[in-house]
Amino acid sequence: MAIWDFANPTRFVRLVDRTLPWLVTACVIAFGIGLYKSFFMAPEDYQQGDTVRIMFIHVPAAWLAMMCYSVMALSSLGTLVWKHPLADVSAKAAAPLGAAFTFISLITGSLWGKPMWGTYWVWDARLTSVLVLFIMYLGLMALWRTMEDPIKAGKAAAVLTLVGALNLPIIKFSVDWWNTLHQPASVIRMDGPTIHPDILVPLLVMALAFTLLFFTLHLMAMRNEVMRRRVRAMRLKAAAGPRAASATAAPQPAE
Amino acid sequence: MFTGLSFSVGSGASLQVTGANGIGKSSLLRTIAGLVSLTEGELTVEDGDPELTVGEHCHYFGHQNSNKPALTALENLSFWRDFTAPMSKTVFDGSAQAPLAALEMLGIGHTASIPAAYLSAGQGRRLALARLIVTPRPIWLMDEPTSALDTTSEAHLLYLMNLHLKRGGMIITATHTELALSKKQKLHLQAAELA
Amino acid sequence: MTGWMGSLFRRELRLAVRVGGSGLVGVLFFLAVVTVIPFGVGPDLNLLARIGPAVLWIGALLATLLGLDRLFQADRDDGALDLILMSGRPTELVVLVKCAAHWVATGLPLVIAAPVLAIFLNLEPVAIGAVTITLLVGTPALTLIGAIGASLTVTLRRGGLLLAVLVIPLAIPVLIFGVSAADAAVNDPVPFLTPFSILCALTLISAVVGPFASAAALRFSSD
Repeated sequence: MAIWDFANPTRFVRLVDRTLPWLVTACVIAFGIGLYKSFFMAPEDYQQGDTVRIMFIHVPAAWLAMMCYSVMALSSLGTLVWKHPLADVSAKAAAPLGAAFTFISLITGSLWGKPMWGTYWVWDARLTSVLVLFIMYLGLMALWRTMEDPIKAGKAAAVLTLVGALNLPIIKFSVDWWNTLHQPASVIRMDGPTIHPDILVPLLVMALAFTLLFFTLHLMAMRNEVMRRRVRAMRLKAAAGPRAASATAAPQPAE
Repeated sequence: MFTGLSFSVGSGASLQVTGANGIGKSSLLRTIAGLVSLTEGELTVEDGDPELTVGEHCHYFGHQNSNKPALTALENLSFWRDFTAPMSKTVFDGSAQAPLAALEMLGIGHTASIPAAYLSAGQGRRLALARLIVTPRPIWLMDEPTSALDTTSEAHLLYLMNLHLKRGGMIITATHTELALSKKQKLHLQAAELA
Repeated sequence: MTGWMGSLFRRELRLAVRVGGSGLVGVLFFLAVVTVIPFGVGPDLNLLARIGPAVLWIGALLATLLGLDRLFQADRDDGALDLILMSGRPTELVVLVKCAAHWVATGLPLVIAAPVLAIFLNLEPVAIGAVTITLLVGTPALTLIGAIGASLTVTLRRGGLLLAVLVIPLAIPVLIFGVSAADAAVNDPVPFLTPFSILCALTLISAVVGPFASAAALRFSSD
């Protein structure tokens, strides 16, 4: 099973070091094409003018906000069911990224909303659900920060992530219900199939670019987390005594 | 709590408080420290600083180490050095160690920049002990000072305690084990018979 | 600030930042409170704008109270409180410095977050400014009053809830003048300065009463 090959952190770090340059290159190219297409090729909207271009950042960010959570839910399964040693590293590394993408989609949504609704924020069903998702990300990050032991924190966060994953559809449904109860949704509709190809192509390229960005950052963050745990282990050894520390510190660079 | 209890400890002498579990050895130390208020009677430090309470002449080395796990050993110790009010030289002229030197002296110098969370129980104990030698105070109140220490550390502790006595300090310990201290007096607490 | 106070202040800040970033959890709680309000009262922007200052103030009050139970308890749990009482430093000043550090670590982030959260509640720029200023002036009072509750409940294992019950009645005046000053900035008839000056006075009074009461409670707690 391929995924078990990366169970060894050292091998994983080596793999990341080898893969990252390729990923970064692909990401930069995709962003180059995507940004060019969305800012210079795509036509402006006959109603919204240039503000419609916010969509090329907003929609991919929102899509990644959800994908990040799926990655975390999958990693949590990895922690609890398959007990893969890097699963909780993956989940922990994904949380701040998910929060960041959610934050970007909230900010761009709010900037987009200003000319549309005349205010930066309305309690629209979709925006509100994303806000709830944002709070869940931050809560998970706080849980990780508060617990000292990374293994224990990983398990606790995995349970919360999975409960959240089960709950998200229910939250979405409830928020929709709450919203229709109070006012009819007055936001623009993005009916998928009828989008003009001139807009759809840049949007897809941007989505690809964002996805590549996510995987680049995710691998980097995972590598950092592996390093952070090594620092922790080395500190424990260093505290045990100067002799013990020098004995174990020596083979470290050779690894 | 106590009735008919009277004792005096001279400069450079140590007092070993013994007695059964729960008899109030710790309470006695906490009373001297001023943490438990005295309902009757009085405690005085002769030739002490009249501005200060008895407790402010004392270092209390209790069961708890008071080390913050998130701070490094040096940060923990430096805080207590800066925070604890120093004595005037005329009252007690002990030698104040610099925090780093104190850590070296206790054999945990290599942990100076490591968060206290990573220290073992014995190292944490020694870090707490270092607090006593960075700020000179004449009276050391020590509750089971040898707990969680191995034999080498215990010998080290005794050396420090005897050094403190030699400088004219006083030590009051509550302990079950015999400690080889100079000028040792004993105080045995006994349960009063119920009338 | 003399040496030992600066030293205590730095230690408290370091602990606050390194142990779980309690200030950020407070902000997160604040965000959660502000988010659930519209689920209760509905997404009507005009209504939200009207109750916005009150929502922000109540959110800040609750967030402050939640963070307060560890103010002295962490030091009591590891015996540091005994050493602090024996240190020969005035306990009142120790409490004041601890409150100042606690406010910088948890209260100030709330004040900084308030303008952002105000956008969710559709407040106008003037109201946003007014709420932020009243919170800046008023949250220190909440911390100082809360310190009394924190020192009273320091011996209790689960003092958090009791602390809130003890402190909320004492914090009502701060809430009243904070919210009315913020409202006054938007609605014309009442001048802004009247309730605002009273709010400032309340903070100054609690800067005196809080440390004294709290220090007394701490001394009894070690008995």
